[in-house]
Amino acid sequence: MRRVVVTGLGMVSPLGCGVEATWKRLLAGESAAKQVDTFETSDLACKIACPIPLGNGENGTYNPDQWVDPKDQRKIDPFIVYALTAAKQALDDADWHPTSHEDQCASGVLIGSGIGGIGGIYDAAVILAEKGPRRLSPFFIPGRIINLASGHVSIAHGLKGPNHSVVTACSTGAHAVGDAARLIAFGDADVMVAGGAESPINRLSLAGFAACRALSTSFNDEPKRASRPYDRDRDGFVMGEGAGILVLEEYEHAKARGAKIYAEIVGYGLSGDAYHITAPSEDGDGAFRCMTMALKRAGLDAGQIDYINAHGTSTMADTIELSAVERLVGNAAGKIAMSSTKSAIGHLLGAAGSAEAIFCILAMRDGMIPPTLNLDNPSVETAIDLVPHQAKAKQVDVALSNSFGFGGTNASLVFRRAA
Amino acid sequence: MSDTAERVKKIVVEHLGVEADKVTESANFIDDLGADSLDTVELVMAFEEEFNVEIPDDAAETIVTVGDAIKFLDKSAAA
Repeated sequence: MRRVVVTGLGMVSPLGCGVEATWKRLLAGESAAKQVDTFETSDLACKIACPIPLGNGENGTYNPDQWVDPKDQRKIDPFIVYALTAAKQALDDADWHPTSHEDQCASGVLIGSGIGGIGGIYDAAVILAEKGPRRLSPFFIPGRIINLASGHVSIAHGLKGPNHSVVTACSTGAHAVGDAARLIAFGDADVMVAGGAESPINRLSLAGFAACRALSTSFNDEPKRASRPYDRDRDGFVMGEGAGILVLEEYEHAKARGAKIYAEIVGYGLSGDAYHITAPSEDGDGAFRCMTMALKRAGLDAGQIDYINAHGTSTMADTIELSAVERLVGNAAGKIAMSSTKSAIGHLLGAAGSAEAIFCILAMRDGMIPPTLNLDNPSVETAIDLVPHQAKAKQVDVALSNSFGFGGTNASLVFRRAA
Repeated sequence: MSDTAERVKKIVVEHLGVEADKVTESANFIDDLGADSLDTVELVMAFEEEFNVEIPDDAAETIVTVGDAIKFLDKSAAA
């Protein structure tokens, strides 16, 4: 199988526009959570979220008009705008702008989303009910469906290789990166633009996720304290939004053109819980098998892992993941650092896995582990360092990222410093 | 310029994101103003909304220039 490396990174997140803007604030221990003021929340159980900071584009703020023509933004849901933004950053970072037919055909896109254009679907349903079918925009369907993120990115950059998408709830971003790496390993493409994008901060999504009791509801007056993975007072996740996009590349292809290589994707594991639609299996076996498969593919022992970016959503499931990791690493628990960056940026759903893969790679690059905020009173004891409150310096040569989604769908990615 | 022409021009500028001086009566939505087939569907919807008329699909197919739209809408206003 061909080796696959990461040569470009792009991100728009609740901590800012761009990988470096986000990373800097993440390491500084900042939280993006705030009270929602863009729509009515008085009757919602959860009134908080981690929105992308909009602005004029300076100081890490996000000005979508700098990335996507306003007249095109009108036709697409924000998740596609975020995907286009992060994909452009990642391709610029990789310095990959194929122009020959051969290079274009060897470059593909695999971007997913958990719930896609749910905001626009809501708006269209209201138009249908109030004004009838003749008032529905021809851009309603193509602007909402999930694979159109991949479609738009391919059109914008002339990428004519595999054009694919993933929809696996909160595992989407990780599956997208893992599956895209497989396409390269198999020889179906030399370069893949891969990741996830999500724009779920709207009334319908907040109401829906609150209805299935997934969201934090006890910290509406103190939003920055709400996302608190592993803490005894955690009571649900905080919704985030954004996109994390990686440029993946066949190793020899990257080397031949002198590309900057961030890391190698050495492991990818997938599993199903076959247990419950929203809750993970209580024994954590699905997560355990997923991580085990990823390590086996990587040819690494669990004791070689330096950093785990946990799924850690700030729900009761946190300790199930933790016990699965303890089972995986055994006596090596004391040397492993594991943090949940959802404590700072919230849960980006379909974009979480790819955003967190990027954090793993940056931890490797800078030798810095981002913290788990608000971990004041761990609900269980563990030998694993959960990196409470403050970032920590640590050499990282091997990093693992976990993502688990509704439906009992699990994905783990393993990155290693490129040799 | 007639009131209809001005309102049509405004909609075209807004929906297609083009410069106002390019929106002449002879301008073809697709060939001259960069619209695609879905843009033209949306334009017709916007005309319907603005002028409170219904433009059947077979009539919409005959509206390919700015002038076509103005003529059609003037006629339906008179009817």
